[in-house]
Amino acid sequence: MKLRIGAIADPGTSVVNLTGGWRTEIPRITPELCIRCFNCVIYCPESAVKYSDKEGIYFDYDYCKGCGICSNECSGHAIYMEMEEK
Amino acid sequence: MKNLFASGHRACGGCGMAIAIKLILEATGENVFVVSPTGCLEIVSSPYPETSWRVPWIHSLFENAASVASGIEAGLKALGRKDEGKVLAIGGDGGTADIGMGALSGMFERGHDVTYICYDNEAYMNTGVQRSSMTPIGASATTTPAGKVSYGEIHPKKDLVSIAVAHGLGYVASASVGYAADLMDKVKKAVDHDGPSFIHLHSSCCTGWRHPSSKTVEVMRLAVLTGLWPLYEVVDGEVVNVKRLAKRLPVEDYLKTQGRFSHLFKTDEGAEVIRQIQAMADANAEQYGLDLDIEE
Amino acid sequence: MQVVEGSYAIAHAVKRCRPDVISAYPITPQTHIVEDLAQFVADGELECEFVPVDSEHSAMSVALGASAVGARAYSASTSQGLALMWEVLYNVSGMRLPVVMTAVNRAMSAPLSIWNDQQDTIGARDSGWIQIYVEDIQEAHDAMIQGYKIAESKDVMLPLMVCADGFILTHTYEPVVLAEQIEVDDFLPPYEPEYFLSVDNPLSFGCFAEPDKYMEFRYMQHEAMDRARIKIKEVADEFGKAFGRYYGGLIEGYNLDGAEIVLLTFGSIIGTIKEVVDREKNVGILKIRSYRPFPLVEIRDALKDAKVVAVIEKDFSAGFEGALFTDVKAALYNHINDLKMLGFVVGLGGRDVRADDILEIIKRSKSAMDGGITDEWQFIGLRGELL
Repeated sequence: MKLRIGAIADPGTSVVNLTGGWRTEIPRITPELCIRCFNCVIYCPESAVKYSDKEGIYFDYDYCKGCGICSNECSGHAIYMEMEEK
Repeated sequence: MKNLFASGHRACGGCGMAIAIKLILEATGENVFVVSPTGCLEIVSSPYPETSWRVPWIHSLFENAASVASGIEAGLKALGRKDEGKVLAIGGDGGTADIGMGALSGMFERGHDVTYICYDNEAYMNTGVQRSSMTPIGASATTTPAGKVSYGEIHPKKDLVSIAVAHGLGYVASASVGYAADLMDKVKKAVDHDGPSFIHLHSSCCTGWRHPSSKTVEVMRLAVLTGLWPLYEVVDGEVVNVKRLAKRLPVEDYLKTQGRFSHLFKTDEGAEVIRQIQAMADANAEQYGLDLDIEE
Repeated sequence: MQVVEGSYAIAHAVKRCRPDVISAYPITPQTHIVEDLAQFVADGELECEFVPVDSEHSAMSVALGASAVGARAYSASTSQGLALMWEVLYNVSGMRLPVVMTAVNRAMSAPLSIWNDQQDTIGARDSGWIQIYVEDIQEAHDAMIQGYKIAESKDVMLPLMVCADGFILTHTYEPVVLAEQIEVDDFLPPYEPEYFLSVDNPLSFGCFAEPDKYMEFRYMQHEAMDRARIKIKEVADEFGKAFGRYYGGLIEGYNLDGAEIVLLTFGSIIGTIKEVVDREKNVGILKIRSYRPFPLVEIRDALKDAKVVAVIEKDFSAGFEGALFTDVKAALYNHINDLKMLGFVVGLGGRDVRADDILEIIKRSKSAMDGGITDEWQFIGLRGELL
């Protein structure tokens, strides 16, 4: 890839950097406890907590750094952290 | 969520700033030009050829974000592209309150239609937690470390909101990353305001404040709940929409969550500093009318 | 032709270039230029955003931001103001934004001096800006117009500063042909950059480069400077055809044919030197127009038959010698090794450079040519009684 003058970059290209590899703890969810407060979606610094009507809350483990904010902020205590086996 | 701040950025896990940016862009939408000074935000989001920004974004130098934003606004105006988007500068406390103060004052005074948001994590985090003029009393920073004869930072924070208000700005607010809806609401108001506007945003750095990454939002909320970080707006010079507290918590509840204050809990002098910090929270409560039970 | 102040001529030329954004902070002797521009805006003669900022650092930062959204930007400064801009100068060139400025030449403090020398722009030599030094007011006027065309050329995309001696070229009056709008519009196309900030294509400007790429970005700036070498000459030729005035490309020779002694210099001092040289035999002048990019090949070619070259300049690097002198020696080494080279520092802090000073330089050059002993580098016009 040739460099572009002035170090000008195309939008959103950081998605190639899969930060999931930084993780030591991994978030898991007990769906039945989820009260859909969406704190996890709102406060995830990585935008790695997602929601769809079909799947409910789910995690994009490609980017989740395992910070645990989603679990800490979870109103229904549905999200918990566990050590990730690698 | 619009995800205008793309995943893959290199902020530490649990970074308050990363949450802030995501929420700010959620509020502005895609029609916005963003300027960032040198600092954590710029470093974690723009290692060429990667960038996390999905809105037009520019980083120039440490002290000139407000001036670059002024230039962008002037350029858009001159080119007849003013309606293309709002101009937003997002800088840390060092780039805003210290090295960028002159440029910021100039931008305010000249009346550029720019929203400036200072995410205040209360020290130079990118270079390793050196103190800034926004480091709070009692915090141990690497250039004001707690030691045998020191309890850390001895000077109070600058009152950035008052500085902005003194420039005659029509919309100024304090905000916290711990209160997402409030923050987004204020960002919308700020960018919709014609002329310069300013938001002073409390934003935890878990690495520098030394708390677990999972506690970022909780710690910021405690700053508000103890009265150390009042949430309010100043519209046309009038303080409005103060967030009242049903039961204001003692400042220890906030201080004890963070390693940067841990030395205060070990000595008599530290206890005296905690009393001093409590007095500051009490003064905030008095000034902004934070306590519901006193008022009603 | 009209008799106007130099600053007015420069401001007029800038106006004719239709800048979108002008940003400046006042500093003597740059002030008249930006005051005139502000007046043009106030009188409705120039439609642009004039941003009167809080510092020179902000002035160049505003120009940077404006340029990044695709606006044509202008600033002007001098001396301490230019020094305060320093950091931004490097940033603008690294971001490949073709901002054009007038760098009025003034001495650096301390002691404070508002008067002319060239220490300020010499200090900005390595900032990645093209530097064009001008000899008189007409050339200053014309160089502004050429400047935008060079800087904004797709092959170049580098910022450019026109360096004009303070007071001598800014506060004196001369007859000047002021460019008409239609002439400049024909000569200078609108600025249409390939990359600019927009919500339609939300690029990121100012990313950082890690060690695996930084060096290549810097090399690309060097390549652009090489291409600017060609562009400066082309634009000078085009300007000559369009306006009937030509000042040389990267350099210009004066009485060089058969010259044994060549006085090499830049800036307004050339006027004085021409007066002297006209009365001398076998003494010519080599004027450096473009200091960056540096005209290596052209200098070698112009000096190939000379016996002595005397480099005259209003700057020096304390602990070494004049910057231009160093550069000329470096350019000639391995190419013309039988040429005697002398360096002279003159006119610091507004000290008058008189015909007698130039005669003294010629005398010492002759002495060197005849095998006499002379210092390789020296100050001319020092007041020994004060030391």
